[in-house]
Amino acid sequence: MSSRKEPEVPKKTKPAVSRRGFIQGVGLGTGALGGALTGTAEAAPQSAGGAVSGPGAVPFSLRINGKTHNVTLEPRVTLLDALRDSLDLTGAKRVCDRGTCGACTVIVDGRAVYACSVLAIDMQGRQIQTIEGIGTPDKPHPVTSAFVEHDAQQCGYCTPGFVMAAKAYLDRNPNPRSEADVEAGLGGNLCRCGTYVGVRKAVLDAARDVRRGRNA
Amino acid sequence: MHAFEYANPTTLKDALALLGNRWGDADVLAGGTDILSLMKDEVYVSKRLVNIKNIKELGGISMSRGALRIGAGATLEQLIENAEIRKSFPSLAAAARGVASPQIRNIGTVGGDLCQRPRCWYYRGGNGLLAKGANGRPLVPNGENKYHAIFGHEGGAYFVSPSSLGPALVALDAKIKLASASGTREVEAAKFFVAPASDTARETALLPNEIVTEILVPAGMRNATYEVREKQALDWPLATASVALQMKGNSVASAKVVLGHVAPTPWLAAAAGQALSGKSLSDSTIAEAADAAVQGAKPLSQNKYKVQLARVAVKRALTEIARGRA
Repeated sequence: MSSRKEPEVPKKTKPAVSRRGFIQGVGLGTGALGGALTGTAEAAPQSAGGAVSGPGAVPFSLRINGKTHNVTLEPRVTLLDALRDSLDLTGAKRVCDRGTCGACTVIVDGRAVYACSVLAIDMQGRQIQTIEGIGTPDKPHPVTSAFVEHDAQQCGYCTPGFVMAAKAYLDRNPNPRSEADVEAGLGGNLCRCGTYVGVRKAVLDAARDVRRGRNA
Repeated sequence: MHAFEYANPTTLKDALALLGNRWGDADVLAGGTDILSLMKDEVYVSKRLVNIKNIKELGGISMSRGALRIGAGATLEQLIENAEIRKSFPSLAAAARGVASPQIRNIGTVGGDLCQRPRCWYYRGGNGLLAKGANGRPLVPNGENKYHAIFGHEGGAYFVSPSSLGPALVALDAKIKLASASGTREVEAAKFFVAPASDTARETALLPNEIVTEILVPAGMRNATYEVREKQALDWPLATASVALQMKGNSVASAKVVLGHVAPTPWLAAAAGQALSGKSLSDSTIAEAADAAVQGAKPLSQNKYKVQLARVAVKRALTEIARGRA
């Protein structure tokens, strides 16, 4: 995934290369590319009164992992597609794209939400947190660490969604009493490798660390 | 998904002015979890979505003058977390708790639960609301009908009403308030849901230029909901029962028993309510009511099992009340 130290990029930069090519060739992190692709100098404020925007691309901004990202997107673009295709935040995964698997889970205003089931334009003014915004490779979030310790992933495709759902759950329920509590809290995520045994243990373990205040 | 216009009004008046007189000209976007799925599958196309999440007057949950007021924009999670609802309307809390997953309940709204479209796989597969084949014959009776209706399908609607709150609201005699640019109206929950007679009709009384604004629920009834489903989470109910009892001392003065997910609308089991009237709740009166609730069921080729599930749901909902758990 990406570095959290995002270099400032001149706002007028136009995307000259493909997203993947850029990453592979230059090896820069998320921020540079996100800014490059989406830098729209003066994003007009949205949503005054009964104003209608679209169906063409509309400039607006999203607050993701504590940073403001200016984007220009059609209203039909989901938050998930905006994250993955325009902002190069590819941690949230596109699997069912219908709100039934949980792989795209992000946290919006402190609550777990399926990024595939909300429109990006609809998330203006909200605080969005993705897997890239919690912990760092050197200092991972306690939930991430616990997933590693308990082998709570196999192919790993569902893992970012599970970690975000677990964080959102623990933020509101710091004292899960049992694996059954955890199951209820994480009922919106599926793992086709069947790593649920590890996930339950990881979340109960992480709860201890989160209570101790390690909750980036 | 086809491109569409987007509007983000902050007042109900502005939102209503943005709606049209035909479905698809403009549609309400609340939690969006259902309409976006339909539009991705191109089962439904809308030219404009009007976001109503930023309209304050549509939110909030409060008690006033002996009635509960639920703003249509309240999320299902807000409903579950509300202390007054958990204490006095456990039926609603239980129904909301059964909805899909935390991620859906965090953004899905009460109004959206009432207005979502059926999950019938023929409808979702593009065969129309009444799911007719090329020759005009209905596909469901001789098709894959495991999850379809066992009541109320005589008019050709074989899907089941997907609303989880609907049966509880019908049992509790709730009223649903609707607003349009030309005024407001109030509809009994029981009349809000309708079995459509044609593919172009809808499953609710809502008109294209209207928005569900709030739900009013009278207090004072003992109530409970019990849901039966296949998976523990992320699943739709196979059958539910919502019951609301007006008690007089230890006996039932009047009762409403409403089945969910067994008919194209929440299904009022009038005979079950009558069976309880004037009696106290015991294992035998509960069993009689449960039997009465499923009398006259017309299961299809693959869903006879739902008759038994509905019977058990009624029994368990009533038992929760009898044991003081609801």
